[in-house]
Amino acid sequence: MVNAGDMNGSGNLMDFLDEPFPDVGTYEDFHTIDWLREKSRDTDRHRKITNKSKESIWEFIKSLLDAWSGWVVMLLIGLLAGTLAGVIDLAVDWMTDLKEGVCLSAFWYSHEQCCWTSNETTFDDRDKCPQWQKWSELLVNQSEGASAYILNYFLYIMWALCFAFLAVSLVRVFAPYACGSGIPEIKTILSGFIIRGYLGKWTLLIKTVTLVLVVSSGLSLGKEGPLVHVACCCGNFFSSLFSKYSKNEGKRREVLSAAAAAGVSVAFGAPIGGVLFSLEEVSYYFPLKTLWRSFFAALVAAFTLRSINPFGNSRLVLFYVEYHTPWYMAELFPFILLGVFGGLWGTLFIRCNIAWCRRRKTTRLGKYPVLEVIVITAITAVIAYPNPYTRRSTSELISELFNDCGALESSQLCDYINDPNMTRPVDDIPDRPAGPGVYTAMWQLALALVFKIVITIFTFGMKIPSGLFIPSMAVGAMAGRMVGIGVEQLAYHHHDWIIFRNWCRPGADCVTPGLYAMVGAAACLGGVTRMTVSLVVIMFELTGGLEYIVPLMAAAVTSKWVADAFGKEGIYEAHIHLNGYPFLDVKDEFTHRTLATDVMRPRRGEAPLSVLTQDSMTVEDVETLIKETDYNGFPVVVSKDSERLIGFAQRRELILAIKNARQRQDGVVSNSIVYFTEDPPELPPNSPHPLKLRRILNLSPFTVTDHTPMETVVDIFRKLGLRQCLVTRSGRLLGIITKKDVLRHMAQMANQDPESIMFN
Amino acid sequence: FPQASMMFAQCTRKCGSSVLLITLLCCILPPPAQASKSSEDIRCKCICPPYRNISGHIYNKNVSQKDCNCLHVVEPMPVPGNDVEAYCLLCECKYEERSTTTIKVIIIIYLSVVGALLLYMAFLVLVDPLIRKPDAYTQPLHNEEENEDARSLAAAPTPSGARANTVLERVEGAQQRWKRQVQEQRKTVFDRHKMLS
Repeated sequence: MVNAGDMNGSGNLMDFLDEPFPDVGTYEDFHTIDWLREKSRDTDRHRKITNKSKESIWEFIKSLLDAWSGWVVMLLIGLLAGTLAGVIDLAVDWMTDLKEGVCLSAFWYSHEQCCWTSNETTFDDRDKCPQWQKWSELLVNQSEGASAYILNYFLYIMWALCFAFLAVSLVRVFAPYACGSGIPEIKTILSGFIIRGYLGKWTLLIKTVTLVLVVSSGLSLGKEGPLVHVACCCGNFFSSLFSKYSKNEGKRREVLSAAAAAGVSVAFGAPIGGVLFSLEEVSYYFPLKTLWRSFFAALVAAFTLRSINPFGNSRLVLFYVEYHTPWYMAELFPFILLGVFGGLWGTLFIRCNIAWCRRRKTTRLGKYPVLEVIVITAITAVIAYPNPYTRRSTSELISELFNDCGALESSQLCDYINDPNMTRPVDDIPDRPAGPGVYTAMWQLALALVFKIVITIFTFGMKIPSGLFIPSMAVGAMAGRMVGIGVEQLAYHHHDWIIFRNWCRPGADCVTPGLYAMVGAAACLGGVTRMTVSLVVIMFELTGGLEYIVPLMAAAVTSKWVADAFGKEGIYEAHIHLNGYPFLDVKDEFTHRTLATDVMRPRRGEAPLSVLTQDSMTVEDVETLIKETDYNGFPVVVSKDSERLIGFAQRRELILAIKNARQRQDGVVSNSIVYFTEDPPELPPNSPHPLKLRRILNLSPFTVTDHTPMETVVDIFRKLGLRQCLVTRSGRLLGIITKKDVLRHMAQMANQDPESIMFN
Repeated sequence: FPQASMMFAQCTRKCGSSVLLITLLCCILPPPAQASKSSEDIRCKCICPPYRNISGHIYNKNVSQKDCNCLHVVEPMPVPGNDVEAYCLLCECKYEERSTTTIKVIIIIYLSVVGALLLYMAFLVLVDPLIRKPDAYTQPLHNEEENEDARSLAAAPTPSGARANTVLERVEGAQQRWKRQVQEQRKTVFDRHKMLS
């Protein structure tokens, strides 16, 4: 092996500090892996272990351990992902409340925890207790009045700026890969791309720490997307402990798919939804074995989070609701309207956000990332504080909007005019006319809706960890709640209209505005991300109500149709295109009638293909060829006259093999002949020792003929995960099609800029 | 036996960095598992709305989950005996539990991690350039697509021969490598906007 000579057997603990040697089998940064080779290496390894297991008991035990290592990895990923999610939830809970006040008895308690044991809470002032004081009470001993308000306002802004500045500094100094959502890059990595350091330990640490800071600072972003990145980092870390996964990039990606499922599972408390999200959105190849293992990892993660119990009531997510009021067929019409709103909002958000991100990428705006974060945080804090619906964290807002109004709610949204003689139990309150509090709440919600729509466009994509599940759900929940209250009041005041007469008698509980909020949230989330099944499953796992599947599906389907009418890409695919990642999407359909000969290189008028011959080139010729070109591989033909194809050799392996040969083998000089055949060629006497490179030659490269339709070629690239494909005619080599050529061709056909595909 | 020692060295290389993380995991997981339920940590909370001329009230009591209902928790009962059922129908009782030890441990660990990172960041940004200045070993990173392959073909052998012997020098080397990697990442993300834009 390559690195055998350097291991002197000292084997210290400190060996992990040394630089790792490049192996023949590893890949370079920003390159694509060879899926077929990884699969065949795994099969070889498995066959070797199976053969050896018959030799002795120890080998048999080793083979069992190898088989079980997959499950051990899943268990560890679930444990660590659940733990980190619990830490993030608890820390966010505390730090969000830190902006407004502090608990005097124990500074590590949030507002709710501080007032937990207090006896001074009254029915009207459920949140107040003497142990938790706002900053104005603490500093100037006043709790009401203009000066107290201004002091609280000022300190809120200061804390928000402090958290955001700390977050962006940590990202910039320690782990620049920790910014953004992470899902577009993880999609690309799972399709076979290598980004070294993206799933590393420092990225994991910094992403966890800064995620807490940015969510607490009140910015309009969520933590679900970054949690997927955190879980994938955990997956990468644990898979590097077992050689079955650390040496095989294809197997490692199976582990990463399962880790992504665990990430979504702890974010939403939805294990099944997590697995479906991984299947639908994130993964590229998803064999059935991965399905079962992902479910296991998601369950372990959910169970770990539940045992840490961050929300004090054995629930996994802050906005778990559990009502079972029925819905009526006639309500499908407002649900579909909410779906249309979701689709339109999704389109608007994607277009505006991509335009803003493109501006950040190309103009001077991109040179001031820290300043940008500070300015956006300041604007968000200044506008968010006066409106009580934006002052609190977005998760609490969604929780309040999802909840139905019982007799015990004290918020303004539930300020209905009660009948004083009413003695109905808590969950069967009939529809009531709205009091003045509800009207105030409605226009405050409308302002909050407009604000959130605008500010999220500028927030997503900044150089801090940012997700967009929670802001989308908040926008949808606000719109849905407003529509729900409108329908409720319409049904109450006009209960004699034809629509309402059948299903809504006076004195009955017809309309549940909380359900409209849920449907709106699902519609907006679907409009932005274009999720289908996973969205519905996540939403009904969030609510625990199987009876609401039909409204959720109606809204999700409508929003996807409306959004697809304006543009085919979801937000993650749009970001992949913006960054130019070489991602060949399985969802795109290629319907043009071009042939392989239209796409292959070299085109007419270009330099002929750089090839290696089977036994007539010297070492010096090969080195010159490598130095002058930057292709990733070279086809090997019989000779320059008869261009019959023998195989394909990778650039990296050629370099390493030649370097090795020069260092170790005797007699190999620049004039030595390089041969790829089994036996050395006939050489005149006194010629230098030839160099045999057959072991690095891939003898079965994929070929298509020049008249193969591009539709088939694209399908082959997708299904097999190829990096390049050779084009032949009657056995003679004509040209080569690489993945980048395919992507450029598809971009050209879709009238996009083919030069935006940047990575090789 | 070179194969075994090679495998052992590779294992210790991975194990060394993972020992740290697993230790952290073990520090976090046992506290929630062993948290004994102190009296502060469980409660049954009943919220009763206004009823006739009685104002609304919140009742807290430390009872187990099967006793968490209106009859056990609401004391003293504000209505006479025949009205108790009607009053209790309006009340909503919920059983809640929390673990104060978990919250304390997690918040304090989090704050110490943030503090440590802050200190290290201050060290890297302020103190490190002052120490490094007399050294004059600042490697200008090659920016664009330098032909690294040509360099590796023709150039000097990798510095594997002169391996640093002391632990301090190895830590130095690892830190320098890490700083180079972070600088590359920073260039890719912040300067060239090639990724994560």
